[in-house]
Amino acid sequence: MLTEIEYQLVNHYQHEMPMSPTPFADIAEQLDIDEAKVISVLKSLTERGIVSRVGPVFQHKKVGASTLVAMSIPENKLQTVADIVSSYAEVNHNYERDDDINLWFVVVAPTQQNIQQVLADIEKQTGFPVINLPMEQDFHIDLGFAL
Amino acid sequence: MTQNDIDHYIMASLQEGLPICSRPYAALARELKLTEQQIVDRIQWLKDNDYIRRYGIIVRHKELGFHANAMVVWDIADDQVTNIGNQLALQSSVTLCYQRPRRLPEWRYNLFSMIHGHDRQEVLNKIETIEQELNLTDVPHKPLFSQRRFKQRGGRFIYVPEMEKQTINYA
Repeated sequence: MLTEIEYQLVNHYQHEMPMSPTPFADIAEQLDIDEAKVISVLKSLTERGIVSRVGPVFQHKKVGASTLVAMSIPENKLQTVADIVSSYAEVNHNYERDDDINLWFVVVAPTQQNIQQVLADIEKQTGFPVINLPMEQDFHIDLGFAL
Repeated sequence: MTQNDIDHYIMASLQEGLPICSRPYAALARELKLTEQQIVDRIQWLKDNDYIRRYGIIVRHKELGFHANAMVVWDIADDQVTNIGNQLALQSSVTLCYQRPRRLPEWRYNLFSMIHGHDRQEVLNKIETIEQELNLTDVPHKPLFSQRRFKQRGGRFIYVPEMEKQTINYA
């Protein structure tokens, strides 16, 4: 599914990118290929949806606020409610899960207050209550996703 | 602009990802009237001071062939949750692990761990391994497998003023 170069990129650069003004040239040097190749492969991975983006994962406790939210939605209303939820810029990772509480999403915003506003608005727009499950402790996993 | 404003601007600009090009910091440097190296140095500082937990290629699991993911939720005694959380985080199959509040009566689970696999059975096998290794078989827990994925993208949580007007429309 992945070419050798794609595999190398995805497996080695999830956690540490070269910190220089020319990170893709540095990666190219490390992998002994052309910079143009690194760039074209990354663009292709992005277009195919395998790479979501290249950049930072923020520590949400220090940068802004975030929470996990759960809702229990009747099956015949799930798509409609999910679409409303997904329409918020603050919402990501919106999933159906196989449980009575079947809609799960993450809300990120600059402040707790913004989050409360978004949640109140979602309740109003959908007519269903939310269960707000903010992180209380992060058991740190340092690695990216190992292939 | 204060240093804080500059950091804020840098983080807001990076949240949707770097442009994939030869000089990905050039435009940002121009906007802030800094050198590219100064931008990189600030990002390094943000990493060193824990504002950025990792910096690199961010993948989507499903597109990589990991079609199954379960959020395994556990009901752990309050005085044990830190200990068990730390042990779960060390398991190679666990990619995220958080303590969250119970919301009784509808939600009793206080520890959340994410486990990915190529298929459902692989995830179940990984869970069984964890149950045995950490002696958690008798602790109330269940896997919530993902079904439909409605949205997956980096959330925009740092607003620059212009962006705020476009994206926030609180009723």
